[in-house]
Amino acid sequence: MKGIAADLSHVSQKGNVTGFTGDVELEPVVRGADLVVVAAGMPRLPGMQRDQLMAANGGVAVRVATAVSNACPGALLAFITNPVNMIVPTAAEVLKAHGVYDPRRLFGITTLDVVRSKKFIGDSMNISPNDVHIPVIGGHAGITILPLLTQCQPKFKRGLEETKQLTHRIQEAGTEVVNAKAGKGSATLSMAFAGAHFVDSLLRGIGGQEGVIECVFVASDLTEAPFFASPLELGKYGVKRYLPLPQMSDSERESLDKLLPVLQQNANEGIEFARKSLKELEKAAPAALP
Amino acid sequence: MLALRLGTQISRDRLRAFKFGCGGSRRSLKVAVVGAVGGIGQPLALLLKQNPHISRLSLHDLRNTAGVAADLSHINSRATVCHFEGKDGLKKAMDKADIVVVPAGLPRKPGMKREDLVGVNASVACEVAHAASAVCPGALLALITNPINVIVPIVATILQAKGTYDPNRLFGVTSLDVVRSKAFIGDFLNVDPQTVDLPVIGGHTGRTILPILSQCQPTYKGTDEERKALIKRIQEAGTEVVNAKDGLGSATLSMAYAASHFVNSLIRGIKGSKDECIVECAYVDSDVTEAKFFATQLILGPQGIKENLGLPEMDDEEKQALESMLPLLKKSIENGIKLGMEMACQS
Repeated sequence: MKGIAADLSHVSQKGNVTGFTGDVELEPVVRGADLVVVAAGMPRLPGMQRDQLMAANGGVAVRVATAVSNACPGALLAFITNPVNMIVPTAAEVLKAHGVYDPRRLFGITTLDVVRSKKFIGDSMNISPNDVHIPVIGGHAGITILPLLTQCQPKFKRGLEETKQLTHRIQEAGTEVVNAKAGKGSATLSMAFAGAHFVDSLLRGIGGQEGVIECVFVASDLTEAPFFASPLELGKYGVKRYLPLPQMSDSERESLDKLLPVLQQNANEGIEFARKSLKELEKAAPAALP
Repeated sequence: MLALRLGTQISRDRLRAFKFGCGGSRRSLKVAVVGAVGGIGQPLALLLKQNPHISRLSLHDLRNTAGVAADLSHINSRATVCHFEGKDGLKKAMDKADIVVVPAGLPRKPGMKREDLVGVNASVACEVAHAASAVCPGALLALITNPINVIVPIVATILQAKGTYDPNRLFGVTSLDVVRSKAFIGDFLNVDPQTVDLPVIGGHTGRTILPILSQCQPTYKGTDEERKALIKRIQEAGTEVVNAKDGLGSATLSMAYAASHFVNSLIRGIKGSKDECIVECAYVDSDVTEAKFFATQLILGPQGIKENLGLPEMDDEEKQALESMLPLLKKSIENGIKLGMEMACQS
């Protein structure tokens, strides 16, 4: 980490860089931070589903949420670590246990699904991907990723078959990269691009810019799933405004109905993981929690 | 994990226009990255993928390019991404490229000087030079592979032997020395490093790197002691990172940042915007000093170097430092030319 910090510190932009290593130093890293973004954890290997990662990565959510609770409870906390659908509920549960939970300040970054949708749709329509705008709602794994092609601007004018194929490609794009990397990891560069884009939007919102809208996975009342990705306006304290659920076709409504129980199940597993970890922590150090 | 504090903000559109330029010719460009899977190549390719003037980004390396290409291809920007591997793939990757940027090769380990890499990295230079002559003789070649002081003369010599050499189109990327100078001086003066400007001339290793502090804007006001320490730090900054990485490599992220900035400037030069004068330092074929290759500030244009701005004004200490390092630089260049002649006959 010191090598990366030294490397980055030579870049001629404002901002100091400091490097820390290991669990013991996690609190000093985040102390006083306005924003914490978490890319830590294992990537998927070919054949692996995102929920198999929970065993390895759930601990990341617990440790980071604990450090944030102790050292920067007002910070915005954004997770890239997979499986996002479970990691975010896990972190929420830990923040609640510490009495610092604010649902407006906890995010699962799903921006890469929007990035991929814009790129694939742009290619299909032979237009610049940056001119494509589309809500991508739900979660961040397989069928829980729901790109609302009927709400795409400009209009996505393709038949049912191509719409299905494109939806499937967006949902499985992560696996596409895992397979192409053949055991050497999952998406890193496109994820860094998407992550940086989302963090930039968070910073704009904090800075008071109006109309900063992103799709992101948050605690939500929009559907029966307790955590759900939808378009939100970002502001000084995180989520400023939850936009209403976008309009959708009957077929998209059907897909939504199918994914909601999966998200519900993911949330339950995430919460269960947190509760188990917190019990173990309590046994080890009873004074750790308020 | 990244913990951030607030800074100033700028709209995304203004930032893109500032970074990549607007206007100029509408020609779309093909850029090849040789060594795209390496520590510099991946972040460099990521940054270049975001340049809206690039229509094709071609990735080459010995292996594992498919995964990097699939990853980058999902980014919602204009460039299509293609990938090629091995000796046979190099010509395909570089075919009709407008710009070829080369981070390929091995990095230093602690205790090594850049010159220690010549043996293994000269072959990279040789292959790129042969391929460029064959498939993209008009391309701008931007070499990152160390030791640049030797590698650039190798490539020039081979291109000359092949009859495809244009001294205005061959660059050793020294932008990282400028980036570091700006970062360290910005810290010292407590100003935004982006507002710092100064020429960094000479070569790209140790005391061949000459940051001309007397020409720094804003004015550099350090004591003699501080000045000496700053110059030394700029000259040894590469080693600083090699040691901090403790055997895991040399500068990759800052190098990718600097190189993408330089390639973006090459692109702005090719696009030929009337509104701006694009000035960058780079190590090029030069008659500015008695060293055949030398880094100075250059104005970039549609055919590469439009004008070499020559030596900046220097104070006596800087002139002395220049005189004292020239023999070292000349020796590296002679070595490069000799190697280039040996390799020119290979295909």
